[in-house]
Amino acid sequence: MSVLESSLDTRSDNFSKNLSDMNEMLDTLESLYSEAAEGGGEEAITRLRSRNKMPIRERISMVLDADSPFLEVSPLAAWRSPFNVGSGFVVGIGVISGVECLILGHDPSVRAGAFNQFNSKKLMRGLEIARENRLPYVQFVESAGADLRGDGGDGDPEAAIQREGGHFAESGRLFYEITELSKLRIPTISVVFGASTAGGAYQPGMSDYNVFIKNQSKVFLGGPPLVKMATGEDADEESLGGADMHTTVSGLGDYLADDETDGIRMCREVVAHLNWRKKGPGPTLSPDEPVHSAEDLLGIVSRDLKTPFDMREVIARIVDGSRFEEFKPLYGPTLVCGWASIHGYPIGVIGNNGALFSESSEKAAQFIQLCNQIDVPLVFLHNITGYIVGTDFEQGGITKNGSKMINAVANSTVPHITIIVGASYGAGNYGMSGRAFGTRFTFIWPSAKIAVMGPKQMAGVMSIVQRAAAERRGLKFDEEADAKRAETAEYWAEERSKGLFATSRVSDDGMIDPRDTRTIIGFVLSTCHNAPVEGTKEFGTWRM
Amino acid sequence: MANVEVVPRMITKLLIANRGEIARRIMRTARDMGISTVAIYAEGDAHAPFVKEADLAIALTGRTSTETYLDVQQVINACKRSGADAVHPGYGFLSENAAFAEAVTAEGIIWVGPSQHAIEQMGDKLSAKRIMQEANVPTLPAMELKADENHHAAAAEIGYPVLVKASAGGGGRGMRVVESESLLDEAIFSARREAAASFGNDTLFLERWLAASRHVEIQILGDSHGNLIHCFERECSIQRRHQKIIEEAPSPAVNDDLRERMGAAAVAAAKTIGYSSAGTVEFLLDGDEFWFLEVNTRLQVEHPVTEEVTGLDLVREQIRIAEGYELGYRQEDLNLSGHAIEARIYAEDPDNDFLPSPGTVEIWAPATSAQARFDSGVESGSVIGIDFDPMIAKVIVHAPTRREAAIRLARVLEKTRVQGLTTNRDFLVATLRTPEYLAGDTTTDFIERVNPARVRNFLQVELDIAAIAVVIEARARRRASAPVLRNIPGGWRNSHMPAERSGFTYLDTSIEVEYRLLRSGNLHIVIAGTVYEVSIFAAGNGQVDMDVNGVRLHFSIDNLNDRWFTHGSDGDLELVEIPRFPDNSAGSRKGGLTAPMPGSVLVLNAKAGDQVAKGQVLLILEAMKMEHQITAPRDGTIDEIKVSVGDQVANGELLIKLTEEEA
Repeated sequence: MSVLESSLDTRSDNFSKNLSDMNEMLDTLESLYSEAAEGGGEEAITRLRSRNKMPIRERISMVLDADSPFLEVSPLAAWRSPFNVGSGFVVGIGVISGVECLILGHDPSVRAGAFNQFNSKKLMRGLEIARENRLPYVQFVESAGADLRGDGGDGDPEAAIQREGGHFAESGRLFYEITELSKLRIPTISVVFGASTAGGAYQPGMSDYNVFIKNQSKVFLGGPPLVKMATGEDADEESLGGADMHTTVSGLGDYLADDETDGIRMCREVVAHLNWRKKGPGPTLSPDEPVHSAEDLLGIVSRDLKTPFDMREVIARIVDGSRFEEFKPLYGPTLVCGWASIHGYPIGVIGNNGALFSESSEKAAQFIQLCNQIDVPLVFLHNITGYIVGTDFEQGGITKNGSKMINAVANSTVPHITIIVGASYGAGNYGMSGRAFGTRFTFIWPSAKIAVMGPKQMAGVMSIVQRAAAERRGLKFDEEADAKRAETAEYWAEERSKGLFATSRVSDDGMIDPRDTRTIIGFVLSTCHNAPVEGTKEFGTWRM
Repeated sequence: MANVEVVPRMITKLLIANRGEIARRIMRTARDMGISTVAIYAEGDAHAPFVKEADLAIALTGRTSTETYLDVQQVINACKRSGADAVHPGYGFLSENAAFAEAVTAEGIIWVGPSQHAIEQMGDKLSAKRIMQEANVPTLPAMELKADENHHAAAAEIGYPVLVKASAGGGGRGMRVVESESLLDEAIFSARREAAASFGNDTLFLERWLAASRHVEIQILGDSHGNLIHCFERECSIQRRHQKIIEEAPSPAVNDDLRERMGAAAVAAAKTIGYSSAGTVEFLLDGDEFWFLEVNTRLQVEHPVTEEVTGLDLVREQIRIAEGYELGYRQEDLNLSGHAIEARIYAEDPDNDFLPSPGTVEIWAPATSAQARFDSGVESGSVIGIDFDPMIAKVIVHAPTRREAAIRLARVLEKTRVQGLTTNRDFLVATLRTPEYLAGDTTTDFIERVNPARVRNFLQVELDIAAIAVVIEARARRRASAPVLRNIPGGWRNSHMPAERSGFTYLDTSIEVEYRLLRSGNLHIVIAGTVYEVSIFAAGNGQVDMDVNGVRLHFSIDNLNDRWFTHGSDGDLELVEIPRFPDNSAGSRKGGLTAPMPGSVLVLNAKAGDQVAKGQVLLILEAMKMEHQITAPRDGTIDEIKVSVGDQVANGELLIKLTEEEA
């Protein structure tokens, strides 16, 4: 396999500009990570410590094997929302007693660990990761239940209700999924660190193993106020749902820990006895570092995504030894396909070097089938403005051929890992295994933009459509108002297409420093190999 | 006549009636001379290096010295079983036992040592003194203590301070310095008891005590043809508990003239008893005046310093003499070259009056940093038990000048890894580096007078850096053995998580290390507010090569459970790792009294259910021939006695449980 050469000019003005833009974005990212790590703030943390309790990130650090890595999922969820950055739950993949586990922790310093639409989405994503990749599921429970205050708890209640797009009747799926994991022979473990009331009570209720902490865990369907309202009984918390009661009387608790540290130790012991064996093969190839520096990744992508770059420059900096065997290099050149490995795991790489044409779409469909034939996971590197449009291309069957690619992606069963490097617009996002296409993991670079189309194009399209409508009705088209409207539309489309917005809505697994791309792909490839890695020969009907 | 050499008696198979370093030392020369070697060993020595290195080894039945190496019949049987044609007794044990020499000879086996007659005459210190006086060798005023005599009058005649000494003694046992009359009776009583126990002979005598003199001894060599020479002097003034710990040759206090006078006196004395083989005539030296102390009719522990400065192999000389060869050289053929110093590493605690501190030498790695001779009987994992002498090794340096030898020896000791138990090594290093030692101001009261540091005091930064080295080594090992995600950088995070933590203790000091991985691969480490940035060049195989805030450092690191043995540029350090998760089962030890060292239970003063008061002696443990009292730490009730009289107990073993205190 040949080693990719680089033609990146790290002394060029373009590279310098890109680098300084990227560093600016990374500074923002860094400050948001800091904000997320603060949880409910200094005062809340101090209050927690005064009760001999640890902040959630300390609990998680302590349960992890010393010096093992930890990959947090959607750490910036709920940014630019009424909720705390991070959403109040921490979800991640970490190693406990030598086993890769999905770990979920309520942050008791943020609204008493209560649920909201962001952390609920994150929790469901955590359960999905555990299910798809066959990871034991560990949850550190301490939750007041549903946040009765609604949409952030402040502001106009009428406005809040108008914003709501869901209903209680749809809730509770997490309990379904916890027990589903158990059925799939994926063990579920709860450590209850504090009050876990109402719905929260079912988190341990549905788990395979429950560790309760003396004088600290409290689990009941209804707390003393609700019991009083429902039956008139005056109940005290300890006899209603204390750790002693549940481990000696009700049997809801399996292990009684002296304190938080002891509970975490017990959790590690439970995982240690799980007899966990990964179903996928281990890494088989040499995991040597790329020959080209990962630092250069910061200067490849321009802020203006119209400036093209060669995706091979990215591949050369993330795959083992920069080795890449390119498939069909001379055919459909706007799509780069080929075989490589990351951290010793063989992969097929699909990257964009321009819009998708019929040839490149068919090449992708073939390549995806080949990877499925030999059980090789796929890595998608996005910089895609979409499938090519135009009369000639439509007549050439671009919709038909693009559909072949989407058919292949949708039905492929090898793990897909998606990295959004630059643009990811329209059906290009789908064809490149976007979030809705069953990809196992999606990470985005700070330079990523994800939308139905580019903001300028969208504003332009709207302007053309409205001008045509005005003409149809014989009205005078207000150029000034149109320009203003277009400007506003472009601004908001731009805001919505920004990677930070996408990641805050939990529509990916996190925004990453480009230099971490190789590490993260290596990490999640290992994660994926907890489940069997098997390709399919069955696809939808190919439109010929 | 044809020039054919006739060897009267040829030694082909040599049994070494000893153990440890001296057994190895003798075997080394025997091997060089083409002689096969036989070791004998007590039960506890079954895995000792000297047993493994011998061509043949015979097990003795028993555990203690008395049961094994001192049992003449067992040793003779071993000689017969092995087919040895010679016996080398080493030093200590049966080396100065005339009856043993006789028994060996009676079996037709060659005795590598002086005649039975010489041993007998010199074995009794009082008779030896008389012989010396007759040979006009100066002696100190002395008087035998008969049971019915007025000791006080005798002591007054000699003058205080006076030395009480066992006539059959050696190695400082049965010896007491008495400062004033009121202490005399107690000293005589305890010396008599110790002499009886150690030598089976409680004869004592009084001798004038010279506090600030030097201990200088002359090595002699005599053959069976009447040739007798001396191999110059050794000075062995650095002593604790009347036992030598640092010896050297030549003595800084002996000039050519004095050397000739002392040598002549030693030779004259030896000639009167027709001495053959290697021996040592010991003197006290004050200025240029010297007095005879005793003759040791054996190889001395400190013989290597003489070998280094003369180029002789004294064991080879002994073997050749025993075979019947002539020495083959004269006094004037010997020359002194440079200066040699030996330091003895003991398992003992200088901070606790140099009491033995038995344990396991978990790590033994002689320094390779500079030229030095190591005569040791141990390897990593060797146990220094309670049954035998707790010496671990002798380290000998030979250099052009005394000062160079001392400085190099100190550094070699410092760069030697001897870890897992308490030793006098740091004390030896401190002693060798005192201005007094370097100036040659060495007298037998050196340790009391100069008082070198008993223990090494570490700076916080030294502890910090050792802890950093341990963290880096432990981290590398954990990563190398990680079952999953092994190729992901250790401690990698994509978001902000708390730092990794590792805690250690050194004595009462705890060291809390917080560290996180930087993108560069370096570690950002904080210990009690001090920040270190560390880059790692190598780690994980027991060798850490790292840069700490711009300083490149190398450490050797090993561990045993939670104990981490580090060795850096400043030497050894042991840190104990604080477990990440406290051991909840530790509660069972609450209220328990444990053995402070291995030993046997001598006296038991309590039984279960007894009410005891704080300070009450509950149990007496005998260890290293000394008694250790186990007292009640508080008022309470005995819950359980775990041992009975006569039991052998291990270090840290639970002896007695008190009922738990009500909170």
